[in-house]
Amino acid sequence: MPKATDYQLPTTNYQLPTTDYPLSAQQMLIFQHARPGRRAYAQAPLTAPAADDLPAEVLRQAPPPLPEVSELDVVRHYTGLSQKNFSIDTQFYPLGSCTMKYNPRACNSLALLPQFLARHPLADADTGQGFLTCLHELQEMLKEVTGMAAVSMAPMAGAHGEFAGVAMIRAYHDARGDAARREIIVPDAAHGTNPATATMCGYTVKEIPTDRQGNVDLEALKAAVGPQTAGLMLTNPSTLGVFEKTIVAIQKIVHEAGGLTYYDGANLNAILGRVRPGDMGFDVIHMNLHKTFSTPHGGGGPGAGPVGVSERLRPFLPVPYVVQEQDSYRLARMADCPQSIGPMSAFGGNMGVLLRAWVYARMLGGKGMARVAEFAALNANYLAAELKRAGFDLAFPERRASHEFIVTLKKLKDDTGVSAMDFAKRLLDYGFHAPTTYFPMLVPECLLIEPTETESKETLDAFVAAMVAVKREAEGQPDLVKSAPHTLPARRLDDVKAARELDLVWKAA
Amino acid sequence: MTIPANLKYAKSHEWARLEDDGTVTVGITHHAQDLLGDMVFVENPTVGRQLAAGEECAVVESVKAASDVYAPIAGEVVAANADVEGSPESINQDAYAAWMFRLKPANPADLDGLMDAAAYQAHVESEAH
Repeated sequence: MPKATDYQLPTTNYQLPTTDYPLSAQQMLIFQHARPGRRAYAQAPLTAPAADDLPAEVLRQAPPPLPEVSELDVVRHYTGLSQKNFSIDTQFYPLGSCTMKYNPRACNSLALLPQFLARHPLADADTGQGFLTCLHELQEMLKEVTGMAAVSMAPMAGAHGEFAGVAMIRAYHDARGDAARREIIVPDAAHGTNPATATMCGYTVKEIPTDRQGNVDLEALKAAVGPQTAGLMLTNPSTLGVFEKTIVAIQKIVHEAGGLTYYDGANLNAILGRVRPGDMGFDVIHMNLHKTFSTPHGGGGPGAGPVGVSERLRPFLPVPYVVQEQDSYRLARMADCPQSIGPMSAFGGNMGVLLRAWVYARMLGGKGMARVAEFAALNANYLAAELKRAGFDLAFPERRASHEFIVTLKKLKDDTGVSAMDFAKRLLDYGFHAPTTYFPMLVPECLLIEPTETESKETLDAFVAAMVAVKREAEGQPDLVKSAPHTLPARRLDDVKAARELDLVWKAA
Repeated sequence: MTIPANLKYAKSHEWARLEDDGTVTVGITHHAQDLLGDMVFVENPTVGRQLAAGEECAVVESVKAASDVYAPIAGEVVAANADVEGSPESINQDAYAAWMFRLKPANPADLDGLMDAAAYQAHVESEAH
């Protein structure tokens, strides 16, 4: 094992900002810039609009408490806030399990064509054949890249897709009168949404452990399945950043017990165009188009969680989805598929996200999609190897990383008292978004690192240099790391207080 | 690592103590709170609830994760510690003083099926990477 001191820092030199951040946290709210009587006069209405046709009880008695600021105040304030963002546009963002990759501008520009934007969701199919053609092409491409028999793009987020998927598992068992199946099996490394989804669909959750190599514990799975098993929810590659090598055996165990298998598409980016969930034997999957297919992830904005199914679950797909009839397209509704679990929203999915995904898929093509997975895996394995060479402990050193991997800082914590959280906060000072910390929980003091395919070798090297620098600081000046960040608008936040006394309303001091 | 010798332990990191009145007091171990970090929320089972051994019956939530707490043995809940719900951080301060709930065991001999301190220590070490 090489020592950290053997490691040669790449030539990029990181200069830490030495001054305090120019704007204090006290100036984060626009109300704090307000002065009585200040206005953006150019935008103020010259006369108050008549409101005499409204009932008196709905009219406000006093002006709304808006911040009193000038137009320039507003421009500076919001530009300043936007400059404080950590984002893909400004920084490397190796947030494991989130696939924070670059989303090509072209996808957004084309999805914003006025002809798409102006279309009303209730417009007739006759007037929307171009639009429906795009959606149908995307549906077909998603089918092909996942190996599923049919796809519906109705769900509007990852968890929404999970819900649709497990609802279909339930509808399938119910349709067969197989009502004794009340349990969904979930590995302990799963995303928290998996047990939450199973519970929302009326199932109880049975958790099974992971073995030493990061695989599902097959003996525990065998012991867990039975006539009560409705299905298994699995992420592959798993949240531990390794491919479930025993996936064929896992499928056999669950299917022989009469259960169905659910593929959580959280890590689809790792296998895109290379391995297909349908070929692995999964009955139902969801995809996160807002991670893998060119919509920014993690912003809380609109997403899309299409579901794909095997032949036996096809009748239960959520509506609407696009069907082709000779030379034209239309949306299938409940009347077309009476066994459908129904619509997932008032209309039919987040069209902007679906259009971006369509552009992205068309730009990549089949070969390009495979390169996404290849470079995601290459970058992850390069970064893992470099960090190992620099003296970091990998959680699964014998395993090849899929598209992400786990570093455990347990030894550093024991030796210096610096935790994974402290380490992550200090990385912010070096201009890097922190990796995911403390997930999955079964690896102590873990950093889950996902570089994605869109980063260059130079960026990865710079990240290694920052990791090494923070490690040396932890060994030499642990208090510096424990009190980080030092260069951001806000210092260490009180996350206990934030969790227990959440209060998002600004009040004048 | 703090593992008192007078307690019994479950694999899922609960401790259990037989009281003089025959009830069994349950909490989570020092190791469990150390993994979870700063506690922000505790939800105990309601008094009177019948629990099967290994049943999910309480929740502890930290700044890192929410985690289920399992009944170490079968029994009826006879008391729940409201103090620990009001001050979840008391689990971080002393996991063995901050008990969560008490059970009237369905079968007191079930306690013998739990681990002693030495066995729990070995279990914790076997789980460590």
